[in-house]
Amino acid sequence: MDISRFKALSETCWTLPKAAGETRAEVQLYADRELLAEMDDKVAEQILNVARLPGIVGPALAMPDAHWGYGFPIGGVAAFDAERGGIISAGGVGFDISCGIRCLRSNLAWPDLAPRAAQLADALYRSIPAGVGEEGEIKLGIREIDDIMRQGANWALARGYGEEEDLQYIEEQGCVPGADPRQVSALAKQRQRGEMGTLGSGNHYLEVQVVEKVYDPACAEAFGLREGQIVVSIHCGSRGLGHQIGTDYLLSLAKAAGRLGIALPDRELACAPINSAEGRAYLGAMNAAINCALANRQILAHLTREVFARILPQARLTTLFDVSHNTCKRESHEVEGETRWLYVHRKGATRAFAPGHAQLPERYRQAGQPVIIGGSMGTGSYVLAGLAGNPAYASASHGAGRAMSRHAALKRWRGRELIDELAGRDILIRTRSLRGAAEEAPGAYKDVDRVAEATEKAGLAKRVAFLRPKICVKG
Amino acid sequence: MNDKPAYFEHGADIGVIGRGPTLEDAFAEAARATFAIMAPPDEVAERLGVEIDFDEPDVEFALVTWLNRLLAEARLHGAVFGRFELSRTGAHYRGRAFGCQWHPAIARGTEVKGATLTALSVTQDENGWEARCVVDV
Repeated sequence: MDISRFKALSETCWTLPKAAGETRAEVQLYADRELLAEMDDKVAEQILNVARLPGIVGPALAMPDAHWGYGFPIGGVAAFDAERGGIISAGGVGFDISCGIRCLRSNLAWPDLAPRAAQLADALYRSIPAGVGEEGEIKLGIREIDDIMRQGANWALARGYGEEEDLQYIEEQGCVPGADPRQVSALAKQRQRGEMGTLGSGNHYLEVQVVEKVYDPACAEAFGLREGQIVVSIHCGSRGLGHQIGTDYLLSLAKAAGRLGIALPDRELACAPINSAEGRAYLGAMNAAINCALANRQILAHLTREVFARILPQARLTTLFDVSHNTCKRESHEVEGETRWLYVHRKGATRAFAPGHAQLPERYRQAGQPVIIGGSMGTGSYVLAGLAGNPAYASASHGAGRAMSRHAALKRWRGRELIDELAGRDILIRTRSLRGAAEEAPGAYKDVDRVAEATEKAGLAKRVAFLRPKICVKG
Repeated sequence: MNDKPAYFEHGADIGVIGRGPTLEDAFAEAARATFAIMAPPDEVAERLGVEIDFDEPDVEFALVTWLNRLLAEARLHGAVFGRFELSRTGAHYRGRAFGCQWHPAIARGTEVKGATLTALSVTQDENGWEARCVVDV
């Protein structure tokens, strides 16, 4: 991206000045100079379009891992006020509603696991349904799908998946209010009947990781992390139900925009006023999908524990945190000295509540919310903590962000060679898709270290620990 | 029918292209490109067929509807498709997809979550029709 058109507000915050007579909200992109230069021009185009949506409060924001998405850029954040004409956008949430990461900490250190790493990798691969065309063993009726949409992770817990303690370490304690299964199509519900407890495909994964470096010992202690410790991260979302809700509403809201008096700067920003029948319908359906994703990750955490119990009976896996990064949530934020209820869209962005936030579990109240930046299978991931004074509606990065298209990655890498090369670096990959492995090559992603560093420098969240992958089950 | 499915670049996802002498042919080719992301078409036997019909006056929205209906049908049947037929009368579309249920011998690609409105276009020139959009993977 040509960064000469940007004005630096700080070392890690950039804006695009308005042209004379241009009516839109401000935009702010959080990144260091190099990350900004590496972003696609489409990121600027898309975030400018977001800034033109009705009822936006404050600037439209892009996180350091931002890249070209549809509607919003991936890494896009924007807040809207329902009482002042604000909208809710299906293009601001995405198809994989409530895609996110469940991070489990263990009582194991790498030497405990190393002798059985290959056995564990194989067992996880066999037990966690992953990849295109894979279904889980859980087969459900429509009534049960409705229950999941209302109850979230509680539904899974009530059926023996996971532990009571998990719930306090999931956003909204595992169940968001406002889910309305009546706003979810029959097709969406049908698609989910065989998909609970499945990982999905693309950039989804289950990784066994080792805590390689602790940056902030006090926060690490609060999070229960120490160097050498084994943790597990599960990255997935609401599966077919969320995909179908995204499909249904993207088209219906795009068609309704004209009737609702909204001039869309891009059809992908399909949206409706929050205080409209269409807006309420999408909100109810989206919340239903969030609960579905929370239940799905609860089941996957349980399946993971079962595998560990078979291979390493001494293992104890407890939930560090479960955070979603494709959502729109009603939250209270202070804007120019006034506390307002806003609908905060985070598309490929993680919520990052500051220390002291009332919604944080007691254990993390002083440290701040755990924020997880999931990196590529060959580099690593970061655990960060929310910071006071976060300038982006308590939001932070969610991943490394792609630096190269999937198409380009396929031309450059071969899946088998990549898996062998990673095995030579003591990273065991298990996947049904060699194509998927090539598309997800570590070299196709931005430098996660720089993304995490920029996230910290921008005051979005501070680094707590770096996690190095040892086993990766790829979707 | 073109031999190789056609694609265009997108930063995070994949752009699919369908070309053909008629709009219906172009849509069928776009479907082939979409499903080829999930499995090589030549590995997909024709053991089942599904029928799809819908009404959509806007040809661009029709492309998105066509692809998304196919993706949903594939998931409902635990299947992958490799060949597609489509006919159109005004705004009414009637299509068929042929394929098989997933089995271990099929090389797995990457799941397509849905067809989006990004870079969506359906155009006609002297060479025929071209349909394109980005699919989310």
